[in-house]
Amino acid sequence: MNAMGPLPYSATVLDHFENPRNVGDVAGTAAVATVENVDCGDRVRLSLRVADSGIILEARFRTFGCVAAIAASSMTTEMVRGMDLESAAALTDRQVAAALGGLPESKVHCSVLAERVIRKAIENYRSAAGKAGQEAKQ
Amino acid sequence: MDHHATTPVAPEVMQAMLPYFTTEFGNPASSTHAFGRQAAQEVERAREVIAAALGARPREVLFTSGATESNNLALRGVVEAALESHGSAHLVTCAIEHKSILDTVADLRRRNVTITILPTDREGLVDPEAIGQALQPDTCLVTIQMANSEIGTIQAVQAIGKLCGEANVPLHTDAVQALGRIPVDVQALGVRLLSLSAHKIYGPKGVGALYCHRRVRLREQMTGGRQERARRSGTLNVPGIIGLARALQSAAENREAEMSRQAALRDALWAGIQERIPDVVRNGQHGGLPNNLNVSFRHVEGEALLMAVKQFALSSGSACTSDEPHGSYVIRALGRSEEDAHSSIRFGLGRSNTQQHVERLLEDLVTAVERLRAISPVESPSAATAGGA
Repeated sequence: MNAMGPLPYSATVLDHFENPRNVGDVAGTAAVATVENVDCGDRVRLSLRVADSGIILEARFRTFGCVAAIAASSMTTEMVRGMDLESAAALTDRQVAAALGGLPESKVHCSVLAERVIRKAIENYRSAAGKAGQEAKQ
Repeated sequence: MDHHATTPVAPEVMQAMLPYFTTEFGNPASSTHAFGRQAAQEVERAREVIAAALGARPREVLFTSGATESNNLALRGVVEAALESHGSAHLVTCAIEHKSILDTVADLRRRNVTITILPTDREGLVDPEAIGQALQPDTCLVTIQMANSEIGTIQAVQAIGKLCGEANVPLHTDAVQALGRIPVDVQALGVRLLSLSAHKIYGPKGVGALYCHRRVRLREQMTGGRQERARRSGTLNVPGIIGLARALQSAAENREAEMSRQAALRDALWAGIQERIPDVVRNGQHGGLPNNLNVSFRHVEGEALLMAVKQFALSSGSACTSDEPHGSYVIRALGRSEEDAHSSIRFGLGRSNTQQHVERLLEDLVTAVERLRAISPVESPSAATAGGA
């Protein structure tokens, strides 16, 4: 055990770690996904409330992970709120890291799960919407 | 509260060392003048103090730059001597040794030394009988640590020593964490080699020693000026050696009282954690090192918890803080999950810690764990109960 201790994080990272935004779950939404980084064990659940127009009205997260993982999840929810699904699906981990004032390189790879979790949540939302549409037709 | 990692130099140790940086600066190897002879005399006095503390003979103590070097010298030195005389060598160790043992063992394996790495039970204990069964005709060394730096487990070194003695196989032990905390006597333990370090016992960094029984053959790893009976060339770190001896004396004087004090603090910390924080699991051995406590706070990642209680210097076995992608190899060797390794925090009490520290730490932990669990995606039934408690 090399006791490196917490890394030197930016003020924005520490702010989002200490005062995470939008913690929790959006109730009754199909736009929800949990992804995990199998290497370091970080796990993020993201849920979205999506308007019929395709605009994200609300985003909430739950995260098991390090300081960077929690801050990145919090930042992700702030960034996607108000976006349409296409723009949200195009958000990259690097953009999230940049919005946090930068992260140590190793942390960008292991702790920012934004891309995967957003796309998965949107995919789940669309496939549920597709099913609902088919059922409505039948 | 990270005293397994290092300790500050005690004031009396500092005082004892100071003259050897300035007025008493002689090189013990310079026997042609008084400065050198004086330094040599002081080094020999320190050697006697250390030998007496370990139950060894002075000539069996050799000075090194620290425990990593001592462990390297013990393993490589014995194995190479065995290879020179027998052509093959087998070494036995266990899965939760310090990296200076495990990485050295891995290197020896690449050099065609046969290696047995024994597992431990859930408390981190190696079964002495398994060591007996692992011995082969060409086993040249068994190395088992006295106490673990992460989980505090104290191995049955005495039983292993007896068994190795009967089989006529030398036993080495890494006593870095044990020294100053539990009795360390080479005769009682039945060990033929023992590594120790000064900076874990309130001495300076960069100095340590290897006890090596007079009949153990050791191939030197440092060649040069033939210091330390040619077993470890290099100018001796005189102030460091004086500091090591002084630190060992202090540790011996106060050990029992100080360790029961630290054990009481540790027990209070664990009792408080259990009482106030649900869904925690203690890693390691109950009744292990008196100053050690290792706990997995489930559903909370270690680095995040360290940051949330940052007034206290602690360490974690999480992937983020341990340089190990899957979390601490020690915690995982106990049969625990990766998630438990990521959630593990090590508390290492020391001389400066007080009841007030423990109380404040406990308050901080309760707040931090509650806060981080409220963020965590709780999925297991036990966690759901914990969340509601």
